[in-house]
Amino acid sequence: MERRTILKGGAALGLAAGLAPRTLLAADPVKVGFMLVGPKNDTGWSQHHYDAAMKAKEKLGDGVELMVQESVAEGADAERVMSQMALGGAKLIFATSFGYMDSVQNVAAKFPKVMFEHATGYKTAPNASAYNARFYEGRAVCGYIAGKMTKTNKIGYIGSFPIPEVVQGINSSFVNARKANPKVEIAVVMISTWFDPAKEADATKALLDQGCDVVLAHTDSTAPLAALKAAGKFGFGQSSDMAEFAPAPRLSSIIDNWAPYYEERIKAVIDGTWKSQNVWYGIKEGMVGIGEISDAVPADVKAEAEKIRDGIAGGTVHAFQGPLNKQDGSVWLKDGELPDDGTLAGMNFFVEGITTKMPS
Amino acid sequence: MDLSHMNAGVLVASLMVASVPILLAALGELVVEKSGVLNLGVEGMMIVGAVTGFIAAFHSGSAVLGFVGGAAGGAALSMIFALLTQFLMANQVATGLALTLFGQGLASLLGQSYVGQKPPLTGKLPFGPLADLPFVGPVLFGHDWVVYFSVLAVGAISWFLTRSRGGLVLRAVGENHDAAHSLGYKVRLVRVAAIGFGGAMAGLGGAYLSLVRVPQWTEGMTAGAGWIALAIVVFASWRPWRVLMGAWLFGGISVLQLNMQAAGSAIPVQYLSMSPYLITILVLVIMSSGRSRASLGAPASLGQNFHAAR
Amino acid sequence: MFRLEKRPTPSTFWIYATPFLAVALTMVAGGILFAILGKDPVAAIKLIFFDPLFSADYASYARPQLLVKAGPLILIAIGLSLGFRAGIWNIGAEGQYVIGALCGAAAGLAFFPTDSRWVFPLMVAAGALGGFLWAMIPAILRTKFNTNEILVSLLLVYVAKQLIASAALNFLRNPDGAGFPGSRNLAQIPAMANPELIPGTGLHWGGVAAILAVGVAYVMLQRHILGYQIKLAGQAPRAARFAGVNSDRLIVLCMGFSGALAGMAGFFEVSGPAGQITIDFGAGYGFTAIIVAFLGRLNPIGIFFAGLLMALTYIGGELAQLVLGLPAAAIQAFQGMLLFFLLAVDLLANYRIRFILPGAR
Repeated sequence: MERRTILKGGAALGLAAGLAPRTLLAADPVKVGFMLVGPKNDTGWSQHHYDAAMKAKEKLGDGVELMVQESVAEGADAERVMSQMALGGAKLIFATSFGYMDSVQNVAAKFPKVMFEHATGYKTAPNASAYNARFYEGRAVCGYIAGKMTKTNKIGYIGSFPIPEVVQGINSSFVNARKANPKVEIAVVMISTWFDPAKEADATKALLDQGCDVVLAHTDSTAPLAALKAAGKFGFGQSSDMAEFAPAPRLSSIIDNWAPYYEERIKAVIDGTWKSQNVWYGIKEGMVGIGEISDAVPADVKAEAEKIRDGIAGGTVHAFQGPLNKQDGSVWLKDGELPDDGTLAGMNFFVEGITTKMPS
Repeated sequence: MDLSHMNAGVLVASLMVASVPILLAALGELVVEKSGVLNLGVEGMMIVGAVTGFIAAFHSGSAVLGFVGGAAGGAALSMIFALLTQFLMANQVATGLALTLFGQGLASLLGQSYVGQKPPLTGKLPFGPLADLPFVGPVLFGHDWVVYFSVLAVGAISWFLTRSRGGLVLRAVGENHDAAHSLGYKVRLVRVAAIGFGGAMAGLGGAYLSLVRVPQWTEGMTAGAGWIALAIVVFASWRPWRVLMGAWLFGGISVLQLNMQAAGSAIPVQYLSMSPYLITILVLVIMSSGRSRASLGAPASLGQNFHAAR
Repeated sequence: MFRLEKRPTPSTFWIYATPFLAVALTMVAGGILFAILGKDPVAAIKLIFFDPLFSADYASYARPQLLVKAGPLILIAIGLSLGFRAGIWNIGAEGQYVIGALCGAAAGLAFFPTDSRWVFPLMVAAGALGGFLWAMIPAILRTKFNTNEILVSLLLVYVAKQLIASAALNFLRNPDGAGFPGSRNLAQIPAMANPELIPGTGLHWGGVAAILAVGVAYVMLQRHILGYQIKLAGQAPRAARFAGVNSDRLIVLCMGFSGALAGMAGFFEVSGPAGQITIDFGAGYGFTAIIVAFLGRLNPIGIFFAGLLMALTYIGGELAQLVLGLPAAAIQAFQGMLLFFLLAVDLLANYRIRFILPGAR
């Protein structure tokens, strides 16, 4: 063990000596790296980060130069890509997938003068921030609409893996659908991938076959909406507005709105005011957007949903508010109680009323 | 678990649709392998077919022309494989894998300006009131033309391989290319034709994804379907009707496990997600146990390059 | 017209010259592709092939990374090459790689916290054993039930990926990870980490294992009876049977060996460069290694260089994306082209091209 530590120390020294990023001239544009987990035009998660990066660049003009790397696998590849970005002169690097978290920490330690922004994780460093969006706030609005719109009293949810972000979404959709309609039930399908259009379409059909008539998707493609359109049922846009499916099947949408944050953080680097932080922004800060609620939704429901949206933004309405029990019947939140961010961020239980079991 | 909602007719109809891409691609690969050639590039040909099919349909406004474009795209890519393996004697396994890598890159480049566009619709064939019959309605009369085409293709390929002279030559080439050559058959020509056919069928399968199943062009949309198609050919012991069975078995379990999840099955989701692969293996073990390798139908010259000594 | 004439023995000159010819041809064809995409072809080619090795800005970092990226590819490809020589088709090294990582990590984390010096060797053994056992499934199904190993090994990749995802979510999930998926970071636990051994080389235990495997495979194929049996079984299966080669035993040995090496590669990756078990662990090394094995002509030394060349195109390709903004897809297509050319010009080593005047026949 001692020997390893020494070797490690030696390695760190070697890096410090050999890997000084090239020095910048004042007139050079600020280079900003974006590392994407999927292709930049996957119509979902990665495309959204890429588009936001382009928007931020457009706003900030020629003073910014982007370095983009698509489809970077988590692990060794991610670490190498970020290191090469830093060596190539990047001052700020956005790593836009949860799985990059430890790699960001490692590279940030090697390049103390480069600043890092990691999406959807929780670890920070003096030169590494974490940022995340409260997608579950958006699910609250969509879940409410779903509860009102279902005629079969059964809504469906397509998830990738039972990770906290997805579990938050399922719980939030269900809790708020129940507020709209106490008889509503939720059916959950996990497809073990974030992106497989054919499988997403199959999952949608399976939910429809099981009697669901409104389906919320937490995966990346538009295949669920296409399948819903063919069946004449309802769904929501995910990640992007997916307005091409409005007014039906797309009733509304949850929009990942990263652009303002990117612009703000890049600007902070240019101005020299960048500081490490850990933020979890929601509807209030505009990181989660609710797409226009379509005319397929009755006016009174639309008004109610907008009230929820504005209430969440104003802090008067909450996606989760007690009394709420966990699936096994034990108390999670007492009457009027609100969850703390720690519990929410690591949520790994379903609430009472959901029949799907949490895998263990 | 409440399975009372499960409607057998709807389930069977869904699995028929879900398995079309792998069925088409597997049928093509079957013919390729019967001629003695192992092309592991199915995934690459499928995704190129998906994008060229989409482009053709988008510009012509005709879904049928889209399928033609998909087949042409897949066939064109397969010609690289034919050139390398049949004329330049390159190793088939490595060339096939390289073809997949190249095809995925090429497809993304071709499709860059088509992301988010909508293709023309492929509707269900109009069977009138027949489609409303219980069970047989959705199963027999509720599909688009490609579904019927894929089943007809099984019959046609089966007939071709066992009954026609061309099929006889193809199989002779695949079993023993030296003997076929000394009988005067053009081994290379037969194989190039088979490779092209395989590419066209894989392209059709890909086009079905981008024009009907999803329907949209997205990078990486085949998501491994080509690999499953390869597995199905082996599963079928190189027999067309068993390809149909394998594709429906795999597609059927995939659809069923999603339905079981949706119905709130007590089986943990990770086991359900594994089930299509595990059950396919299990069924193959049962079918192949106790048989000799010869009766399993692998063409004897599979994967070997042919070079005429004279 | 021209026709091919098979050489009695491969040409020594062309065996060494073809890789360079192929790279040169790829530079031309790739340059055309990049030019079509509106990028400076010379700059792109320089970034891919030259800068990772020699540029002042990148080389000091990229050069060691070559070994990090090539290590697992070489280790897996060496194992696969033996089976491929004998006509045994293990297409599922990716699954064995994933299971090796899973077993190795699980074996170590079971003892967490510990600083025993025996934990790391135990984890290596567990990784190798995991890969070995996962490969035994197709091997035994093949020998006992005649089930085709291509299908079984391939489909087991998907099963392995489900297993590792569920491990990252459940039983290996980091208890201190605030409920997020993913195991503890092995690279941060001194007794379980697989660090860079000599600073600035990128060499970790996986690289050592890869180099050892190259040596062992080379000696075995040249000198050992098993190497002879493997070659014979591949070239003349019937003669092999007459010569007393037990084909079942050979299948078990080749599959087991390739599985164990792939499993080890998975463990070295998870304990070093990757650090932790995540939902998406496994970046296609097992499939790329098949290409590496054939590019190296199934020869251990050849595989070593093929692995390094593949790694170079990955690392250089990333640079070209960063600096020139080339799409990832263009790099993929470029890699495909390189493989095509490498495979195509191999012809020159094994065949002589004879030009024949029309009518001279």
